Amino acid sequence: MQFKGTVYRCGRDIDTDVIIPARYLTTSDPAELAKHCMEDLDTEFTSKISQGDIIVADENFGCGSSREHAPIAIKAAGIDVVIAKSFARIFYRNSINIGLAIMECPEAVDAISNGDTVSVDADTGTITNETTGQTFQAQPFPPFLQEIIEEGGLIARTRKKLGVA
Amino acid sequence: MARPMTMAEKILAAHAGLDEVVPGQLVECNLDLVLANDVTAPIAIKKVAEIGVDKVFDPTRVLLVPDHYTPNKDIAAATQAKIVREFAHEQGITHYWEIGCVGVEHALLPEQGVVGAGDLIIGADSHTCTYGALGAFSTGVGSTDAGVGFATGKAWFKVPESILFKVEGQLRPGVTGKDVILHIIGKIGVDGALYCAMEFTGSAIRSLSMDQRLTISNMAIEAGGKAGLIEVDDVTRAYMDGRVERPYTEYHSDADATYKQVVEIDAADIEPCVAWPHLPSNTHPVSESRHITIDQAVIGSCTNGRLEDMRQAAEVLRGRKVNPNVRCIIIPATQQVYRACMEEGLMEVFLDANCAISAPTCGPCLGGHMGCLAKGERAVATTNRNFVGRMGHPESEVYLASPAVAAASAVAGHLALPEDLD
Repeated sequence: MQFKGTVYRCGRDIDTDVIIPARYLTTSDPAELAKHCMEDLDTEFTSKISQGDIIVADENFGCGSSREHAPIAIKAAGIDVVIAKSFARIFYRNSINIGLAIMECPEAVDAISNGDTVSVDADTGTITNETTGQTFQAQPFPPFLQEIIEEGGLIARTRKKLGVA
Repeated sequence: MARPMTMAEKILAAHAGLDEVVPGQLVECNLDLVLANDVTAPIAIKKVAEIGVDKVFDPTRVLLVPDHYTPNKDIAAATQAKIVREFAHEQGITHYWEIGCVGVEHALLPEQGVVGAGDLIIGADSHTCTYGALGAFSTGVGSTDAGVGFATGKAWFKVPESILFKVEGQLRPGVTGKDVILHIIGKIGVDGALYCAMEFTGSAIRSLSMDQRLTISNMAIEAGGKAGLIEVDDVTRAYMDGRVERPYTEYHSDADATYKQVVEIDAADIEPCVAWPHLPSNTHPVSESRHITIDQAVIGSCTNGRLEDMRQAAEVLRGRKVNPNVRCIIIPATQQVYRACMEEGLMEVFLDANCAISAPTCGPCLGGHMGCLAKGERAVATTNRNFVGRMGHPESEVYLASPAVAAASAVAGHLALPEDLD
């Protein structure tokens, strides 16, 4: 899977409460959640980004609550990929399960600024900062997770295993 | 003979049907229990339908606890609660609690004897790590994992490395389980235990009651921990015996088990502390926080809404009045805690002090209802997170503390120790 977009750069410990505040959790409709994505961090987030943009963040992205609404909101807001130095573990798991592309690559994060154009090859893990011309290699997923991703997420995988697909 | 293992590794190995596991290994495990609440269950229920199975794997092992926005705060919340209720009835779920019986999930399930030592539990709520205090491996997941768990009774795990926290010596008077865990998070940071199982041991931990231990394990996630385990001892057994509804199994870490890190803490170094905004790791001694005035105090939640927490708060509030500039909201975490507060006369203490008392709910902890903050307002809370906007307006602030400190602060009008009131 290839992606190319403009970078929205943020810092470390971006928690799931700012990604999607709990006051909006009385719905699980992706379009509704997308409207409020990141609003407590940046009230203009949804107007600043365009379909296909990329979030680049420092350590511990997605810490806090287990709410799957967080990766759902990011994906529905139009973000294709999140690149971070590290992810909180529940967010990491949720992203793989629902099919939001995520990549861990500290070197790339350090060399990417807000507004840069970045292209990503999710299959090989190659990240290119088109603005500066630098290329980076993200850590590959363990084969087991790669399998879940290739099968289209955890639900598709479970259906296949149970023979209901 | 199997390699020396930590209790986390032993529980995962047993549930994967293996003699041993090593950190980093990916295993598929049979789950004892799968949990979700009124926020996370509706998505999980949808996932069960997407998978295409008609029945959950075992209606006695799926736990549905509508606690976050209940009693329903608005029409949208009522709609979500209705989805959970109808699914519970249609599936014959034995562990569903209606309003009037329900409590905050991580206070309710240990109290009701649903969870026990040796269990492997996933819950679509990050504070599912609470049951580590009973010697269970329990961890928070998202709704999709919970939905797959409902349908199949299985989940995949990456076996985590373990970090051992040894808290030795005697805790100073007034230092609670909340101060111990805030101290640890302050020391290692909000990702200090990322992807790891935290294991708490030492004479100071062993000296604590179950309620205090549950508070410690509850906040393992605030350091990024996958689980927060405490070894089963006589205190755990006394709590579980006659309460836990299924036979439980004790797993003890081998003396020569491998830890990623051993963190040694002198109990005497821990003082009552407060986590300032906007991270649980931003801890400061209460003694250096007295200049911070507050508008609200919240005493409750899955972290500190148990009977002992209520007693700590009442001891401070007895014979005193909440500062006229402060709203003090008391939320016993379960109906049983609520009743015990009445029987012990604590409700009278709270009412005499001008506190508002709420039915059990997560409510204000996540800015849901029953005490949201306006722009510029500041709260001291016995809850677990002080992220931007956690309790209401993005420009409000939350300070995390123990029940005794929250109660003292409610009386003083600023962050305070109980002894400051004398």
